[in-house]
Amino acid sequence: MRAVAGEFLQSFLSFLERIGRLARFSFQLLALTPGGLLRGRLLIEQVYNAGALSLVIIMTCGLFVGMVLGLQGHELLQRFGSVEMLGSGAALTLLKELGPVVTALLFAGRAGTALASEIGLMRATDQLSAMEIMAVDPMRRVVLPRFLGGAIAMPLLTAVFVVVGIYGVQLIGVQFFGIDQGQFWSQMRGSVELRDVREGLVKGVAFGVACSLIAVYEGYHADPTAEGVGRATTRTVVISAVVTLLLDYILTALMI
Amino acid sequence: MTSADRPATVGAVRPAADNVVVLRGVHYAVDDKPVFRGLDVSMCRGSVTAIMGPSGTGKTTLLRLITGQIKADAGEVLVDGLEVARLGRLDLYALRRRMGMLFQNGALLTDLDVFENVAFPLREHTRLPESLLRIIVLTKLHAVGLRGAAALMPQQLSGGMARRVALARAIVMDPEILIYDEPFAGLDPISMGVVMRLIRSLNEALGITSIVVSHDVREIAQIADESYLLSEGQVVASGSPQQLRDHPSPIVKQFMEGLADGPVPFHYPAPDYREQLLGGGEGA
Repeated sequence: MRAVAGEFLQSFLSFLERIGRLARFSFQLLALTPGGLLRGRLLIEQVYNAGALSLVIIMTCGLFVGMVLGLQGHELLQRFGSVEMLGSGAALTLLKELGPVVTALLFAGRAGTALASEIGLMRATDQLSAMEIMAVDPMRRVVLPRFLGGAIAMPLLTAVFVVVGIYGVQLIGVQFFGIDQGQFWSQMRGSVELRDVREGLVKGVAFGVACSLIAVYEGYHADPTAEGVGRATTRTVVISAVVTLLLDYILTALMI
Repeated sequence: MTSADRPATVGAVRPAADNVVVLRGVHYAVDDKPVFRGLDVSMCRGSVTAIMGPSGTGKTTLLRLITGQIKADAGEVLVDGLEVARLGRLDLYALRRRMGMLFQNGALLTDLDVFENVAFPLREHTRLPESLLRIIVLTKLHAVGLRGAAALMPQQLSGGMARRVALARAIVMDPEILIYDEPFAGLDPISMGVVMRLIRSLNEALGITSIVVSHDVREIAQIADESYLLSEGQVVASGSPQQLRDHPSPIVKQFMEGLADGPVPFHYPAPDYREQLLGGGEGA
């Protein structure tokens, strides 16, 4: 019993230590951010890597999620005789929940793992040490642009996901089930308010910051071995998914 | 000029100011396992100093101490009169700008091509016009014989080429101290000869202080002015390569002649071989 309690205490302490290290890392990044925003070329490069290179997967998944939402929504609303509500219901669901959450999960799987493994491999192959010797701070040159690039790209990807998702709903609702096009769009325009857009945007930014931070932190602190980099990549996906869902609950509770 | 032509430095009295790198009574341990136990080493300005020793004697750790990547548990590490462990981040970075280091694997930045790898320190630390930067980079690449490879990516280079590009990057800021970590490891004889000549010619042409960590005794003998042989956390012998070869100590003899039997055991401590093979126990 005492051994179990000791083990639990040890795990709890190591968890706290991890949180402390992550907090210190975050403050370091925060302090460097103003300077990082001035390095335009590096930043654009990283927004391209995290954002533009994720577009195909985001758009494909957005389309399918929208189409499934169209099918399920139509089936459900038909029971209540209000299929014309499909546009507004789907838009609100995509804007407030599905868009930011699914984009964050996809972002963690595509861009997050790429960031973690890239930085981890740079450590394993002495590239970060080489920068240190060249008097170049890797936090400033490698970590910060990737973090900012991810944090900027994520809300943009969320917007793309929502737009493509709505197109998918329209494809099923209007083109397939024959809902009146005018009704579909006007219902949507009438029910979506600015605060709904703001909620989606806030979530997109929060998830972007969280997922990018987790990815660069895990990569930067990866053990400099193939196994270490693999572990860091796995942890990036798992922790990002859990934190995204946790943050989603907190933000929804605060903004509802 | 070969080492034979050069005057032996061992035992010579040099003014303290002549030593650009000095380690005095350095103690360093990793997980309570001592790596250095009172290490004393000094490196003369403008010379090629070789650090040799069996694997695991802390040669690379010594370089990490000199560059301030790690701090000694006790003792002093002085570079050009500055105590590295006491330097703040900015001062340490200022000191590092006067150093260049060639990593064992080259450590080229894999997302940049050869030209940009060499240009990297210049872009980070200077505001040179693009035309001048281009000239400097091409000059350095020409010095290592790879001007024609400027557009290649690191993945397209052989091990020897990567090492030469890394060397061009290490000298692009015209450092005062150049550190080489195992520059000959894994190189074919041609690349090895080229790198060897480059180390010596850079040292003579630019007056750089060179520190070479290696256990390639024959190659080191051709380029080093002075050598230190490390074992069990201390310097067991120092002097010109010839003096090391003539050293009476069995450990020096074993290392210089590459003998399996001697004070340095070839085998990692293990249970009796016969017993382990015939004992029928499971696993290792």
